[in-house]
Amino acid sequence: MNGGRVIVVGNGMVGQRFVDALRARDPQGRWQVTVLAEESRPAYDRVRLSAFFDGVSADELNLHTPDEGVELRLGEPVTAVDRDRRVVTTAAGEYPYDALVLATGSYAFVPPVDGVALPGVFVYRTLDDLAAIREHARGRHTGAVIGGGLLGLEAANALRLLGLATSVVEFAPRLMPVQVDTAGGAMLRRYVEELGVTTHLGVATTALRSGPDGTVAALELADGTVLDTDIVVVAAGIRPRDELARAAGLPLGPRGGVLVDAACRSADERIWAVGECAAVDGTCHGLVAPGYAMAEVVADRLVGGAATFPGADTATKLKLLGVDVASFGDAHGATTGCLDVTFTDPATRVYAKLVLSDDAKTLLGGVLVGDASAYPTLRASVGGPLPAPPLALLAPDGAAGAGAGALPAAAQVCSCNAVTRADIDEAIAGGCADVPALKACTRAGTSCGSCVPMLKQLLDAAGVKQSTALCEHFDASRQELFDIVRVRGIRTFSRLVAEHGRGRGCDICKPVVASILASLGSGHVLDGEQASLQDTNDHFLANLQRDGSYSVVPRIPGGEITPEKLIVIGEVARDFQLYTKITGGQRIDLFGARVEQLPQIWRRLVDAGFESGHAYGKALRTVKSCVGSTWCRYGVQDSVGLAIALELRYRGLRAPHKIKSAVSGCARECAEARSKDFGIIATETGWNLYVGGNGGFRPRHADLFATDLSTEDLVRYVDRFLMFYIRTADRLQRTAAWIEAMDGGLDHLRAVIVDDSLGLCAELDEAMARHVASYSDEWRDVLDDPERLRRFASFVNAPDVPDPSISFALERGQPVPAGGRPPASAVRQPVTLGLPEVRR
Amino acid sequence: MTTATMLSWTVVCPLDRLEPDRGVAALVDGVQVALFRTADGLFAIDNLDPVGGAYVLSRGIVGSRGGVPTIASPLHKQVYDLRTGECLDLPGISVARHEVRCRDGLVEVRLRQEG
Repeated sequence: MNGGRVIVVGNGMVGQRFVDALRARDPQGRWQVTVLAEESRPAYDRVRLSAFFDGVSADELNLHTPDEGVELRLGEPVTAVDRDRRVVTTAAGEYPYDALVLATGSYAFVPPVDGVALPGVFVYRTLDDLAAIREHARGRHTGAVIGGGLLGLEAANALRLLGLATSVVEFAPRLMPVQVDTAGGAMLRRYVEELGVTTHLGVATTALRSGPDGTVAALELADGTVLDTDIVVVAAGIRPRDELARAAGLPLGPRGGVLVDAACRSADERIWAVGECAAVDGTCHGLVAPGYAMAEVVADRLVGGAATFPGADTATKLKLLGVDVASFGDAHGATTGCLDVTFTDPATRVYAKLVLSDDAKTLLGGVLVGDASAYPTLRASVGGPLPAPPLALLAPDGAAGAGAGALPAAAQVCSCNAVTRADIDEAIAGGCADVPALKACTRAGTSCGSCVPMLKQLLDAAGVKQSTALCEHFDASRQELFDIVRVRGIRTFSRLVAEHGRGRGCDICKPVVASILASLGSGHVLDGEQASLQDTNDHFLANLQRDGSYSVVPRIPGGEITPEKLIVIGEVARDFQLYTKITGGQRIDLFGARVEQLPQIWRRLVDAGFESGHAYGKALRTVKSCVGSTWCRYGVQDSVGLAIALELRYRGLRAPHKIKSAVSGCARECAEARSKDFGIIATETGWNLYVGGNGGFRPRHADLFATDLSTEDLVRYVDRFLMFYIRTADRLQRTAAWIEAMDGGLDHLRAVIVDDSLGLCAELDEAMARHVASYSDEWRDVLDDPERLRRFASFVNAPDVPDPSISFALERGQPVPAGGRPPASAVRQPVTLGLPEVRR
Repeated sequence: MTTATMLSWTVVCPLDRLEPDRGVAALVDGVQVALFRTADGLFAIDNLDPVGGAYVLSRGIVGSRGGVPTIASPLHKQVYDLRTGECLDLPGISVARHEVRCRDGLVEVRLRQEG
């Protein structure tokens, strides 16, 4: 049976993985694949489900890529399997199969107590569940989760993020009973309670009660406690979806699940089961990695292979409520005669346990709470010799320091995709020179990503230099160039490239050096040689548009503007026939200006009290604000006043990339501050500072950096944050990526900025003071200087002739580039000259 | 079969109006020409970005790639060899070149019409 019709029931992560694996092994398309799925959306990353509450959209969790060779039928669950006729039935009809792969996953187990069917009680399983939770939580204040395991804590965090006061009820005497031991559970509980989540451990839920509106209002516990709650999430475990197999008369495992052998084949040779619905030799597996392994096994079998399920790696590493928790191998010390080595540090709140063989030479498993940096190395060492003495491994950064280089060849580096060190080394020998290449070649690091640091270490161990060179002209990184320029006092590109680089520069290094020079305060960006380094936007102090015209954005600090100034903007736009649009940063963008019009437009704006908004620069853009306590019934601080002060303080500050900010006057967060590089949210007593947020291509919520700050402390921290970013970030690296790539992450950043761990703060403060003192409006500086003004002509030999290629049509009453989008044929084909060229 | 036709020289501007490593646009017989003054001498190419379809090449960043003098389009950063007009990033794409010289401190351009 090496081809025919294969029906896949279910399009979860494992079902999708099976399809991908089969298609990769069957390029001739001998198998005709049909997927019948219950959910209305294609496969998505259920492991990252909770990211939905962090603002990650359903689309970003998508795992499905369209494939012409696969028919995907969503919202069409299989209702019956007829093994004799080899057909499955759905509401739409029957589908014959030659092979049937059950990938139906599991459902959330709901304990049979009174009231579990009340409105306001949810499970935590699908994106639809999460959307329903979010909807119900709106306007409500308290929440409870039944179940303190992995999923229960994820759910608790979700309720917290929705602004609810949250409780967790767990029947076992500790949190995450499957993964961690008693001491680890106690440490985890401290973290969780510190975040304001109340825990009730070792107690069963006896009933759920409704309130006057008929929705759930309280939980009754076995110890007599009554918890008032507006919403309940049940996360008390999962059960395999085996009803199709059961109805078809297939044998099941002792605790449910389709009973399959090591080939993942059921008692019917044409029916296979993979993932959470399968009981391999009687055991169900609730993690994605074993499910992926099963998917690979069945794909291999369908093309004639003989793969068998290798056994499950139950190792887990996750960040729950901001706490690192990891568990691997024999975490509970079930092996006869095994030895425990434990490490508890109440001060740094780190708990670690290693389980060793009776001769203390072989690592069997372990538990890590609070710091899981050792996890990749330790997990890969399970079953093998210890990579370092146990105490050294348990010390902070111990195993991370021991490095992946010490791992044996057979050690599994990526357990999600079953990639060993030998596989990685082979890929490196085959020419993979960086992490993206290794990911593409071996699939290591493409699922949970926890092994990515090891991939880097293995590259290092193999002697592969991962280049930080900026471009072909400089071997130094941006950060190194910044230090060279700063320490050596170099003020021109030509000297820098002559002394520390080669060639003439390019569109990568020139703007970087221009930005560094500007950050270090080297006069106007268009003075002397600096002008030749600038990207066209910085060169014309405006934003180039696709038709060759520019847009102009005057600064409107905090988004506050007088009627008079608003009228001036309207008059300028009318007089120069500019297309006008309100931006996302609470200001106004004027489009369609030709280069020779720019100074005339600035003249009018500057005379009315405007200045450059630096929309063209890798610089501070805007500090957005909500209206704050001045007007708003809910505001607790003057968000507009602070936003204006911050925007005026940091205006004109050149950086590795653009910088955006916002200030919200209360916790309702109307200014969307958490999507900004630095965002500020008012509290009753001060300001909370968030850093590293991002909108754009890869949205990210900013992390809480410090709470209840005075305005003075807030400004000091932001000063240092920005200057440290400017000094140390890579080219075009936003603050989000900068923090993510930083060794030690947010904690390190806090140490540098708050505790002055690098002894840099005085320098950073001084650099910002210099910036604030030397700020000058770039538009006005051009208007005041005939030499600089001379650049603003469309044609050097015809300064009065407007560029004839720029013309407009009207759309909704405004000018837009004529001719719509340029057609693909605008790309000219190369011309071959048939006659000999006449040369100079 | 195609031909290359030479027209006459047109004075554009004094040499000192061209900043080193920064382009300008000139209008020569109705054709937009991008002029560059680099350490390798003067270069003239069409101002039209053949990929983006806008007249902007004079506003790109001048540089070098492996010793070849280059200009990068300000729209989407494709890099062109200033000597040949060939795009170094997209095979098969090129911009037209024109003749340029400096006489008595004046920059002169002669269009080369490839057609």
